[in-house]
Amino acid sequence: MPGFDTLSLHAGSEPDPTTGARATPIYQSAAFVFPDSDFAAGLFNIERTGHVYSRLSNPTNAVLEERMAALDQGVGAIATASGQAAMHLAVATLMGAGDHIVASRSLYGGTHNLLDYTLRRFGIQTTFVDPRDPNAFDAAIQPNTRLVFGEILGNPGLEVLNVPEIAHVAHAHQIPLLVDATFSTPYLCQPIALGADLVMHSATKFLSGHGVVIGGVLIDGGTFDWEDSGKFETMTEPYAGFHDLVFAEEFGPQAFITRARKEGIRDFGACMAPMTAFQILQGIETLPLRMARHVENTNSLVDFLKDHPMVEQVSYPGLASHPDHALAQELLPKGCGAVFSFSVKGGREGGRVLIENLEIFSHLANIGDAKSLIIHPASTTHHRMDSDALTAAGIDAGLVRVSVGLEDATDLIADLKAGLRRVEKTL
Amino acid sequence: MKFMLEGKTICYGTGSVTHDSLSADSPAIVFIHGAGFDHSVWVMPARYFARHGFRVVAPDLPAHGASEGPPLASIGEMARWLNNLLNELQINSATIVGHSMGSLVAMSYAAQFPAETQKLAFLGASAPMPVGPVLLDAAQDNSPAAFAMANTWSHSHPGGLGASATPGMSNFVSGARWLQRMQPGVYYHDLAACNEFEPVLPDMPKAVLVINGAQDKMTPARNGLALASALKDVSDQQSATVQTVTLAGCGHSMLSERHNEVLDALTGLADG
Repeated sequence: MPGFDTLSLHAGSEPDPTTGARATPIYQSAAFVFPDSDFAAGLFNIERTGHVYSRLSNPTNAVLEERMAALDQGVGAIATASGQAAMHLAVATLMGAGDHIVASRSLYGGTHNLLDYTLRRFGIQTTFVDPRDPNAFDAAIQPNTRLVFGEILGNPGLEVLNVPEIAHVAHAHQIPLLVDATFSTPYLCQPIALGADLVMHSATKFLSGHGVVIGGVLIDGGTFDWEDSGKFETMTEPYAGFHDLVFAEEFGPQAFITRARKEGIRDFGACMAPMTAFQILQGIETLPLRMARHVENTNSLVDFLKDHPMVEQVSYPGLASHPDHALAQELLPKGCGAVFSFSVKGGREGGRVLIENLEIFSHLANIGDAKSLIIHPASTTHHRMDSDALTAAGIDAGLVRVSVGLEDATDLIADLKAGLRRVEKTL
Repeated sequence: MKFMLEGKTICYGTGSVTHDSLSADSPAIVFIHGAGFDHSVWVMPARYFARHGFRVVAPDLPAHGASEGPPLASIGEMARWLNNLLNELQINSATIVGHSMGSLVAMSYAAQFPAETQKLAFLGASAPMPVGPVLLDAAQDNSPAAFAMANTWSHSHPGGLGASATPGMSNFVSGARWLQRMQPGVYYHDLAACNEFEPVLPDMPKAVLVINGAQDKMTPARNGLALASALKDVSDQQSATVQTVTLAGCGHSMLSERHNEVLDALTGLADG
């Protein structure tokens, strides 16, 4: 198989056979013409390959899906309307009311909302555990558990998920492991190669890389043996919604991703727009170059901040002081991503003053842009919490989260230096 | 579909249509997978022919997929095992389709059971089918390198990069996963059986189809064309037809790279 950089540019695509266009065309069409009735019946019955309707599949999206499958070492992928939609598609494909998930408790807030509030209303319970403790995952698994889930780099503590060990725990119970690898992208970490079975990304972030789209991707490693597990009726029992098709029997290693497309995308409909897929493909073409620069800039900023007198602490797995530094070196040898947090002296007020006095960093709730971003949870997303509540949530009042962009590191450092000087004068 | 044959559990695909729902005189078509694979590689043609009224049998050869082992030692044994299976299923005559190693099983079946063979299709075929010592040795050692070599050589250049016929699927990674699902030792058995097979041209059935991939590095298209030529020499004496289809830009993994074209060719054979 070609190398990562080559796959980032070419996987899933070829010059357009009709027009010769070298860039992947944007097939902005809701539906596709059938050559004849029997071919149409064949498409609906999974006898023929091709496209029917863009909720189900689309030629532009298919290039993105194949590219992500190749980069993450999966048998296939589905592009979704958002990262949240990718997460929901994974859950909905595997389980229903009465089933259970074991998840890391260090998660993106949107994922936590989905698992802890919304899915409970639909009868799916989640137990949250310490992401650093594989034994806690093991202890939380119940007879009705159908999924183990975690983020490769947790939120907000950037805990490094020990994918090999947690995969081992999940597999001992014949349950798959799903990893959210949004922070790392396949350039820094390929969880399937480490033992995970499924991977999801918010493609909004580093994959697209320019903060212009919302999208997600779900990738199937094709490694989990659904028939041997015997715990997944959606894979091993006849599905009345598709003429009693048994996905594991008919599709072998492609069973999960086929079921997800033939049911989840078909019925829930959280598909990606072709224009979005095109923009994410543009981002992925330069993913290796951008991620290397993101990491390089992050290391420069972390190095500057860790000894700054107005900074109480910096949390980044690339630092020897981070509890998961050794594990990060093993699982993320090319770098720990471009998101980190640090605590400004002065608590809530210190954080507020810093944020409001930066010129280059954008104050907003996102990560993974080419431009550097910053947010102060205590004065924004968590502003209703008092100090005790913030502490209980593991958020220091002076904590700020940074997503490092591609600007000159010297300019970013100068901006932070000026902001911290203002904090010092204010306090 | 699972049932017992010779005291062992065996699995075969039917294209999701059970034979019970079809009349006993419905035409039958058999799909035989290649080395290291199982019946699920045939899912789409199996579903097509099942919808069109064929009794479909796409078996997992012993020790492959969900069929119990041990693996059969020779191509001839595989053909005899297939005959036992078809007898159990009360299929007296069928179109036999094989890919790669499966094409050798189809050839051996037609030679041993000519009266039961209606038509033949050889996909990615070569007769003989020698296997290089590097690949054989790696397979004997159960080395992951064996799968890596075979998977790389099984794809054309565009197939290796993607451009899958099935939206969103990676041909290359899927090929690797199929091979990795196998029990240790089975792949070596398959490759050794291919390597040792001594071709015997079958008594010609009514029609034969040979499908080649122009970029096939495992069984180069010239080998398939030579096989077709040899079959034509026989057919000239027996008034059977031999059709050849060579798919431009296609590798050995033609079922995933060029599914629709393969199915079109098979449809032409079955309907002809």
